[in-house]
Amino acid sequence: MDAGLLLDLYRSMALCRRFEEAAAKAYSQGKISGFLHLYIGQEAVAVGAISGAEPTDYIVATYREHAHYLARTGDARAAMAELYGRSTGANGGRGGSMHLFDASKRFLGGWAIVGGHVPIAAGVAFASKYREERDVTLCFFGDGTANMGSFHEGLALAGLWKLPVVFICENNQYAMGTPLYRTMSVPDVAVRARGYPMEFEIVNGDDVLEMRDATRRAVERARKTSQPFFIEAKTYRFRGHSVADPGKYRTKEEVQKWMERDPINVLGQRIQTLGIASAEQLRGLDDEAKAQVADAVEFAEQSPLPEPQSVCEYVYA
Amino acid sequence: MPEPRVITFREALREAMAEEMERDPSIFLMGEEVGHYQGAYKVSEGLLARFGEKRVIDTPIAETGFAGVGIGAAMVGLRPIIEFMTWNFSLTAYDQLVNNAAKLRYMANGQFTLPIVFRGPGGAAHALAAQHSQALESLYAHVPGLKVVMPATPADAKGLLKAAIRDDDPVVFIESEVMYALKGEVPAGEHLVPLGVADVKRRGRDVTIVTWAKMLHTSLKAAEELAQAGIEAEVVDLRTIRPLDTEAIFASVRRTGRCLVVQEGWPFAGVASEIITLVVREAFDDLDAPPERVTSLDVPMPYATNLEALVLPSPDRVVAAVRRLLGREQSPARPAAAGGAR
Ligand SMILES: Cc1ncc(C[n+]2csc(CCOP(=O)(O)OP(=O)(O)O)c2C)c(N)n1
Ligand SMILES: [Mg+2]
Repeated sequence: MDAGLLLDLYRSMALCRRFEEAAAKAYSQGKISGFLHLYIGQEAVAVGAISGAEPTDYIVATYREHAHYLARTGDARAAMAELYGRSTGANGGRGGSMHLFDASKRFLGGWAIVGGHVPIAAGVAFASKYREERDVTLCFFGDGTANMGSFHEGLALAGLWKLPVVFICENNQYAMGTPLYRTMSVPDVAVRARGYPMEFEIVNGDDVLEMRDATRRAVERARKTSQPFFIEAKTYRFRGHSVADPGKYRTKEEVQKWMERDPINVLGQRIQTLGIASAEQLRGLDDEAKAQVADAVEFAEQSPLPEPQSVCEYVYA
Repeated sequence: MPEPRVITFREALREAMAEEMERDPSIFLMGEEVGHYQGAYKVSEGLLARFGEKRVIDTPIAETGFAGVGIGAAMVGLRPIIEFMTWNFSLTAYDQLVNNAAKLRYMANGQFTLPIVFRGPGGAAHALAAQHSQALESLYAHVPGLKVVMPATPADAKGLLKAAIRDDDPVVFIESEVMYALKGEVPAGEHLVPLGVADVKRRGRDVTIVTWAKMLHTSLKAAEELAQAGIEAEVVDLRTIRPLDTEAIFASVRRTGRCLVVQEGWPFAGVASEIITLVVREAFDDLDAPPERVTSLDVPMPYATNLEALVLPSPDRVVAAVRRLLGREQSPARPAAAGGAR
């Protein structure tokens, strides 16, 4: 077991968790508005998957993408400033929480119409294949996305044209207030990949190492054979759909049961069992994450608003 | 006449659906989160308990699918109400509305009617950014074969929704998230407002402001402010965008000689452009000034709230436009807001 890797994964998940806790606090203080979709509880999926790809592989994600952005860029300042709607944010404050982009790090959004980005991810993979480049595209989406036409069309084309894309379904069991079993005719989203045809694997999304290994296999396979792959990660969001949702459609017991497999604790336990670090050392890593987030909040709060004249920039038609 | 009651816009919509569903068992409500969750914006709260799962139907996220299911069911005699969580998402079902719903009656030489209502909130709310802040009425109003209805008060919301449900043709019914909590008097008992009839919400002799939905309130605020300066604006609430009550617009413009259209949404090829074209053609001789419009800026919606405020029409921009129309601009000490899209 690579001790450095485990500690890096721990650090990365802690950063996501602390970042979102700070964002929720800022929201409750009225410093952030709009929609804020937290990923708390699901961190192992994004962190594990993104660590399993090369930094040059592309990422296409949804509106619940703070963790993906942080896992790829590590740039808490740009993310927080974007949530604050400041000119120093990832998109100069024009995108917000749901639309994080970083072209230089190949982080391609940040999309908020359910399913719309699935064919886009296929298109990015199409470009890699077209130019005979080795890059693979990771496409993240939720369980609720698997009934959208655009999802199926994206998979159909990726299967037909053998595009190097790994589809990663973050099955947190709910689409907004609706449990999956009420809106899907099959229990596992992954079986839908079969007809396109696409190999799939169902993974414990709360185990960052399992997530990382599955993604590595899928990415390397896509790179070598230009075959798409489908990963379904079983996970759970601890908070509501967005911070405006009290999440009353779930019982306390259910939430409690899932919180017992909190991905950060799961990894922390493993690190301690393996004797890689003590509880105290892990607290130290967590404190570093908190400090980085505090710095990001400070940075966002000190940053200027976008210039009024900039409102018409980038309008070309 | 029974006493009017004060209820919210949201409650008015709910009453309309409940009363109509009570009256006609072929009416059902279908959409994301309309049942168990009681509606993403709580418009359908309580309807599942009252009418059961057969008639209040939670769908997966599959707009093309459930819009199409509604159209098929309506072709053979059911009367669906299809809720879009917001109209932004209707774009994934645009094909069903434009290629199918709008075309059927004409294409089939009148053999079918299509009694279906598509409804949900449209327009900007607050800091929801480019994909979640769109006012799409101009897109839908562009299409022959769709009626487009946009209430601005609880009373109109109730009366128009009941009329839309009873209508035998497809109706695009656009509400507003930021108006759901708006309170107003609604007549008790049966209350219907016919489609295609505008309503003068404020009388005035100096200028006609034509508007609808959320922008009615922006325009009324502006009219208040103008009144302080001795300018009397008449505010015409279209209520239905298509079919358009052109007579109500012309009658008012003929009285005032000036016309301003206030529209949320982009200016290019928008409803405001259409109204101004008609006014210029039909009331040219009565005009004392070229008609004007106030719209959103011609940009995707930025997230930052300081930029968002610049994009949306404001009472200030309406006041400034009216003053321009009247040749009574204020001193540059108080300039019109940035970019006042024209
Ligand atoms: C086409 C479309 N319909 C509806 C919505 C509103 N909406 C936003 S997120 C969401 C639930 C998505 O659930 P899922 O795909 O499971 O992702 P999760 O939020 O659980 O991560 C819905 C219905 C939308 N954004 N786009
Ligand atoms: Mg989900």
